[in-house]
Amino acid sequence: MLKIGIPRALLFYEYYPFWRTFFEELDAEVLISQATTRNIVDQGVKTCVDEACLPVKIFHGHVIDLKDRVDYLFIPRFTSIAEGEYVCPKFGGLPDMIKNSIEGLPPVISTEINLRDSYRKVYGAISEIGGYFSSDKGKIQKAYKKAVQSYISSRNQFISGLPGWLGEKNSRIKLRGDFNHLNVGLLGHPYNIFDSYVNMNLIKKLSTSMVGIFTSEMMDEDSINNKAAELQKKMFWTFGRRIIGAAMCMLERKDIQGIIYVMSFGCGLDSFICDMVERRARASGIPFSVLVLDEHTGEAGINTRIEAFIDMIKWRSKNENYISTHG
Amino acid sequence: MKITFPHMGNTFIAAKVLMDSLGLDYIVPPPVSRRDLEIGVKYCPEMACIPLKINIGNFVQAIERGADTILMIGGFGPCRLGYYGEMHREILHDNGYNVDVIVLEVSRGEVREFLVKLKRLTGNSSYIRLINAIKNAVSVSSKVDELEKRTFITRPREKNKGDTDRIYNSFLEEVVKTKGYRNIQTLIQDTINRLLQIELVEGYKPLRIGIVGEIYSIIEPFTNMNLERTLGGMGIEVDRSLTVSKWISEHIVRKVLFLKKDDAFKKAAMPYLGAMIGGHAQETIGNSVLYSKDGYDGIIQLYPLTCMPEIVADSILPTVSRDKGIPVLTLVVDEMTGEEGFKTRLEAFTDLLESRRERCKIDNRAVLPRG
Repeated sequence: MLKIGIPRALLFYEYYPFWRTFFEELDAEVLISQATTRNIVDQGVKTCVDEACLPVKIFHGHVIDLKDRVDYLFIPRFTSIAEGEYVCPKFGGLPDMIKNSIEGLPPVISTEINLRDSYRKVYGAISEIGGYFSSDKGKIQKAYKKAVQSYISSRNQFISGLPGWLGEKNSRIKLRGDFNHLNVGLLGHPYNIFDSYVNMNLIKKLSTSMVGIFTSEMMDEDSINNKAAELQKKMFWTFGRRIIGAAMCMLERKDIQGIIYVMSFGCGLDSFICDMVERRARASGIPFSVLVLDEHTGEAGINTRIEAFIDMIKWRSKNENYISTHG
Repeated sequence: MKITFPHMGNTFIAAKVLMDSLGLDYIVPPPVSRRDLEIGVKYCPEMACIPLKINIGNFVQAIERGADTILMIGGFGPCRLGYYGEMHREILHDNGYNVDVIVLEVSRGEVREFLVKLKRLTGNSSYIRLINAIKNAVSVSSKVDELEKRTFITRPREKNKGDTDRIYNSFLEEVVKTKGYRNIQTLIQDTINRLLQIELVEGYKPLRIGIVGEIYSIIEPFTNMNLERTLGGMGIEVDRSLTVSKWISEHIVRKVLFLKKDDAFKKAAMPYLGAMIGGHAQETIGNSVLYSKDGYDGIIQLYPLTCMPEIVADSILPTVSRDKGIPVLTLVVDEMTGEEGFKTRLEAFTDLLESRRERCKIDNRAVLPRG
């Protein structure tokens, strides 16, 4: 059985259920790198160019963790994942970055996935990827259909909580419940929100402080799309559109008292989207905080800022209707 | 209506001609300076790339001088430039500058919209006039490129140091005051003629460096600390892979006239970067390969901090450098870049190129052994 390796970084946090089903249907064994550790971060920082953002550096670390254990490495070239939209250019150049920075790689499957012109392009990409494991076109078709199913069901899992494949640490956390109706919106790229090493257990910290969490995955997709369509110019980054749309939805909900934006240092998309979210949050009077992550981020600093933020929204919700009788 | 537009090196000359030909009222922002950057840093998100910050500085200074409409180029990603117009609007409005931001979209299928917008802007002048104006702007910008190219040649070779810059500086002063296609074209031609008369050191063979990278930081001398002049002053000939006229013809003219893009760089980049990933990453890689084939001594890559496409190119360039045996220096610029640090690195790099050339002569080999 051929072993295919998927690094646990970047779009893993979006598409893992899809690829897992797809490859398993084609009788391949799927291996994923271990959850992010200090060592993986260090390895990544060492091999990657300095100017790249932390998630890309971490991706390098995960590739190093995986490369000697697999027959194929799966690093597709993501140029666009939706019609008329793009993802970050670094995803498009990722296979080239990896091939030029890391030595001793197994064969890399770096098929281009570019749906900018038409969704139908996905079939070409899928049959190219599937071709590595099977020459039976029908089988690849079937695997693809099953993979889509499992992707859809993985998205639906977010409504009830965090799905198990996001990692043990995440899935055991109770997201919402009887938290005195105190909720914050957690915005950012999925690989920053769900990698609990990178964000220093942010989700857990919030839930132990008795704060409920909403991420863009937990919001209704149609309302996100509708909200994002209100922008004067279409946001052409898929993740950017999702984040800004979710932010605009959150700002209208009465049950979300604050927004935390998790951003990686040097992220091109976040530099614009975070700014746009902040402007809108300020205009609607919702507390807003940004956590910028890089390889030097210290946990104590993050803790202080989260605590301060939570204290603030707690006081706010407690004292909002309080008018001093002393005049 | 008083229109203004962002600076990018000498692009303003072409923009001037375009608006003169269309009879539009405009204000050219003052040349990019520290003040633009200070204004930009104050208003823009910290991690935005430096062109956005300088743009905002340009606009604020133009507004102070009476501009009320901003003309900006658009795009549909994945580079951030495509969303600049929207950011400009939000930043300026939130800070109390009530200006119109008109974004000219030139992406696929938007050509008609581009012309229609331009037409509306000019109070319904005919399409023939529009096309003529664009033609004028393009021909001026390629003339400016010719002029700049000439300075690249004369600067390292001039007998009296400073001749080139004297002529070039007086040109920059004059051109701001000159109006109209014909006058500007004559001024540029006169300047080229004057440059041609500069006395050159005979037989001097300068080192040659190719400049690649993100277009704004390459073309705008403020962001790169006058890289071309500094190198020219050190007696080095430079060539710049991206020029204003190439940019205009790529982004506007070819799309309007449906011409095919020049793709020599694409073929050259193929083994290293197999796809278009936005920005000028493919150009950076491809042109580096082409420079090494042309026998250049070294390559300098320039890009603003956090520039997404160039980071990809940055991680591939070492392989190109190793394969082709050509040294590459990468310089990343942001508002914290200091001139002295910049210079030190340039000097170290040129020293390396110099001694490398000496060694090549002794060994009588074109390429040094690897490692």
